[in-house]
Amino acid sequence: MIILFYLAAAVAIIATVAVVLQTNIVHGLLYLILSLLAVAVIFYVLGAPFAAVLEAIVYAGAIMVLFLFVIMMLNLGQHTQNQERTWLTPRGWIGPSIMAAILLGQLLNVISGIDYEIVPTQVGVMQVSALLFGPYVLAVELASILLLAGLVAAYHLAKTK
Amino acid sequence: MESIPIEHGLILAAILFSIGLIGVLTRRNIVFVLMSLEIMLNASGLAFIVAASRWGHAEGQIMFLMILTLAAAEVAVGLGLIIQMFRRYKTVDINELSEMKG
Repeated sequence: MIILFYLAAAVAIIATVAVVLQTNIVHGLLYLILSLLAVAVIFYVLGAPFAAVLEAIVYAGAIMVLFLFVIMMLNLGQHTQNQERTWLTPRGWIGPSIMAAILLGQLLNVISGIDYEIVPTQVGVMQVSALLFGPYVLAVELASILLLAGLVAAYHLAKTK
Repeated sequence: MESIPIEHGLILAAILFSIGLIGVLTRRNIVFVLMSLEIMLNASGLAFIVAASRWGHAEGQIMFLMILTLAAAEVAVGLGLIIQMFRRYKTVDINELSEMKG
């Protein structure tokens, strides 16, 4: 199990770096799906099977299909890919990378004080849904209103004149 | 059963978040910027699941569900905006949108 955690973590990091460095947009999307599936494996190892399944279905499935539809609608060709290649110069990414590295260093500095060994116990669908429709039922209703607002906004924004 | 140090899970979330931040800051293609935002949201969800696993509670998974809902709504609105932008400017370069200057 613990080997699986580190393997999936390595896959997730490599795939995510590949997303950021990719010039072909469809290849980038496929790497992102790989990264999300690796994170789903990590969720399973950490004892959250419900979250792992949702990650695979909703994130790697529904949201990525939405991206794919839009990429197909935009129909960006070879021209955009060449343009991407000229934009990805070291002068462009070295400054932001240094700033992100500083942020990462600070995060690691905060995290390094925590010393605890996780022994994963399975927290299944039943416990999650008992909480979800018990004390957190208001949050579920608000989430449904948020999704409805997103639906209306997306319909309005993507509408042709 | 073997145990996983909680540090390693949180470090993984921090690394994924930083990579997503680099993507948001460096890319000029707006579709890649939206994908990097997804990476950052996913990394924060991972941190919640690691914390839930540490306490053995289900609350972290509920927070992950909220993040999932937020990501879905955000992507729907963002992709609608991208379609509208492509229709008006015929490009996905975010520098083309800098016409509103002071």
